[in-house]
Amino acid sequence: MRDKILIAGNDAIAEAGIRAGCRSYFGYPITPQNELLEYMSAHMPKAGGVFVQAESEIGAINMCYGASAAGARTMTSSSGPGMSLKLEGISYLAGSDLPCVIVNVARGGPGLGNIAPGQGDYFQATKGGGHGDYRMIVLAPATIPEATELTMLAFDLADKYRTPVLVLVDGVLGQMMEPVEFRDPVDPATLPPKPWALTGAQGRPPNIVTSFFLDPQELSELNLKRQDRYRRIVTQEVRYEEFETGDATIVIAAYGTVARIARTTVKLARNEGIKLGLLRPITLWPFPYAPLRALSNRVKVILTVEMSAGQMLEDVRLAVAERAETPFYGEMGGIVPTPRGILMEVKKYASYDAEDDQGF
Amino acid sequence: MEKSVILAGFGGQGVILAGKVLAQAGMDHGLEVTWFPSYGPEMRGGTANCTVVLSDEPVASPLADDPTALIAMNPPSLDKFESTVARGGTIVLNSSLIERPVMRADVKVVPIPMNEMAAKVGSDLVINMVALGAYIKATGITPLATVKTAMAQMLEKDGKGKFVPMNEQALEEGYNAV
Amino acid sequence: MPVMTQKMTKVFERPRSLADIEFTYCPGCHHGLITRIIAQVIDELGIQERTVVVGPVGCSVFVYQWFRCDGIQSAHGRACAVATGIKRVNPDLIVFTYQGDGDLAAIGTAESIHAANRGENITVIFINNQIYGMTGGQMAPTTLIGQWATSCPDGRDAGLAGYPIRFSEMVAQLDAPVYVTRQSLYDQKRIMATSRAIKKAFQYQVECKGYSLVEILANCPTSWHMTPTQANKHIADVVTSVFPLGDLVDRG
Repeated sequence: MRDKILIAGNDAIAEAGIRAGCRSYFGYPITPQNELLEYMSAHMPKAGGVFVQAESEIGAINMCYGASAAGARTMTSSSGPGMSLKLEGISYLAGSDLPCVIVNVARGGPGLGNIAPGQGDYFQATKGGGHGDYRMIVLAPATIPEATELTMLAFDLADKYRTPVLVLVDGVLGQMMEPVEFRDPVDPATLPPKPWALTGAQGRPPNIVTSFFLDPQELSELNLKRQDRYRRIVTQEVRYEEFETGDATIVIAAYGTVARIARTTVKLARNEGIKLGLLRPITLWPFPYAPLRALSNRVKVILTVEMSAGQMLEDVRLAVAERAETPFYGEMGGIVPTPRGILMEVKKYASYDAEDDQGF
Repeated sequence: MEKSVILAGFGGQGVILAGKVLAQAGMDHGLEVTWFPSYGPEMRGGTANCTVVLSDEPVASPLADDPTALIAMNPPSLDKFESTVARGGTIVLNSSLIERPVMRADVKVVPIPMNEMAAKVGSDLVINMVALGAYIKATGITPLATVKTAMAQMLEKDGKGKFVPMNEQALEEGYNAV
Repeated sequence: MPVMTQKMTKVFERPRSLADIEFTYCPGCHHGLITRIIAQVIDELGIQERTVVVGPVGCSVFVYQWFRCDGIQSAHGRACAVATGIKRVNPDLIVFTYQGDGDLAAIGTAESIHAANRGENITVIFINNQIYGMTGGQMAPTTLIGQWATSCPDGRDAGLAGYPIRFSEMVAQLDAPVYVTRQSLYDQKRIMATSRAIKKAFQYQVECKGYSLVEILANCPTSWHMTPTQANKHIADVVTSVFPLGDLVDRG
């Protein structure tokens, strides 16, 4: 049996990166992700890897761009304001078809906002953020064990589809501690070769990594190929979890920290006879439209709960259309919804069946 | 069974570490646990608190609206969290600093003169372990021996192994005071 | 007429590391010459198969096409960060950036300075032609006081736009760089000196000595509205008085 250790989210994600065979990390301090960078500074060199505290988030993401182009598994992490700076580099990574794992330990925004937990970066993460037609796989764990699993998966997906992958957590998951049993580490030497990487033009024509194509026809064709790849991701990589949705009349849609809090709400509601369920997207892109659509055919209300003004809500509504009611409950500014707070919202929409209640 | 406790006090009273020790001990005792801190500038000097959830099934919410226990190490902590404690819950309070009575009649109150007891052990710095010892006795959540081991491991990992005996004694003092 | 028989000896040829592709540069521009010198140096040091070119945004945006080496295009100003990433994960590669004054000394100031300050074992080739060529002749951070550009139509005014930035002098203040030099190409002697400087910078990288910066005062006949000859004379007479030539640091 593997060792179970009590570990904070930021540390666990860093450790998972190293275990995924990542041997290069470039970052810049920002709360609430600092422990991730600090963990890397201590452990990456011990693993024989590269750690650089960059001059900025822009520097860090561009170091990732170089390291990835050279064929290395590479990683960076940040939070809101730093993520905004990384968007330029993320667009270049996508435009040059380079794998990279980026972690956003999200905080309150916009602007400098605050350092408390937030989910206001959903649009930025899932709808582009940077310039041009690109997509980025976005993984949203709800527990620390899951964060380690998804961080390791992120590296595989990034390499498989040659795309940046974002692991989106928030200050709660970054700061809290939970027991984790880590998977066995991956030996970087066993990873599949990257024939496109910049390793020196020895016995082959030069490899070029670029997103620059002046010829409209050429750029169009490359974009179409990339869109094909995105369609493959949409078909193959949707991940989500349903909890107590079987007989539910009302379902909460929530991701990350809020989803795990809502799980408690489901238990509280069911104790009171409310048939509440939870649908938790694990991939925010590709988004689980189909399961939500399926649910919307048999439940009356899908209540979206986020630590934002309603961002994932737009995807929920795209999936549900008019088939069910789609109300929203959100907190911002770093306020974390509580199980009972969510329950109070649920009660506004629950079709409380008095007969069942009396029968009890 | 799910128990949640908020540990709250002044920055420097060691509530963050006490919470970690409790979470580690809970895990070692075979429970599912989460530990969630208040974090940020208030870590330095202001009030600090953390929430530990211990359960026999995977923990959903790491935050509790109505914790089953509160460890209040100073007056503001009692003021802030007294009303949130679940009916039938436990409030372990530091009677060295908290002079007012607990208003709630539906909770078990465990007053401990933590500062005096810590001073008796030899240092104000072990006040958190006095509190933790009292809490585990009052709630029976996890055995004293497990907590001692967890505490020793954590201090040794931080290179503070020489403080283990004093912290052990503080745990015992708190434990025996209930 | 008698038939002339003569043994032909090849005295000049295209460097092996220089791709057989037509440059996109304007006639008389120094970029082509610098590219050729670098290719020659790569040949001489025998490092073609392990060199990676890190390109900028600017007139030399296609620089990775001119060499028979692996290459990468970087976001505007970020070349030194990209080079850092490549070199750190594969120190066996010989990594150089090729950047203009806007790329290196304006938008990329932070990346350029900090790569130098960390002493990254890379070679930075800095083309200072005091103008934004690709976008049509706007003011650069190195544009001279009084110099006309499309975005300073009355000439650069120090009160509005500050002074031409002496980037090499800034880098020379740092402890880490092993070689910082400013060169030019306005006559044959300077071209030879520039070739030697570039070779030394690459040699230092091969020997793992650390960071080198070779600033080259280059022309831009098109945006300066001069003939190539006038442009070279302008460099000799005017530009070098603001940007003095010579080695600033040589700790090799």
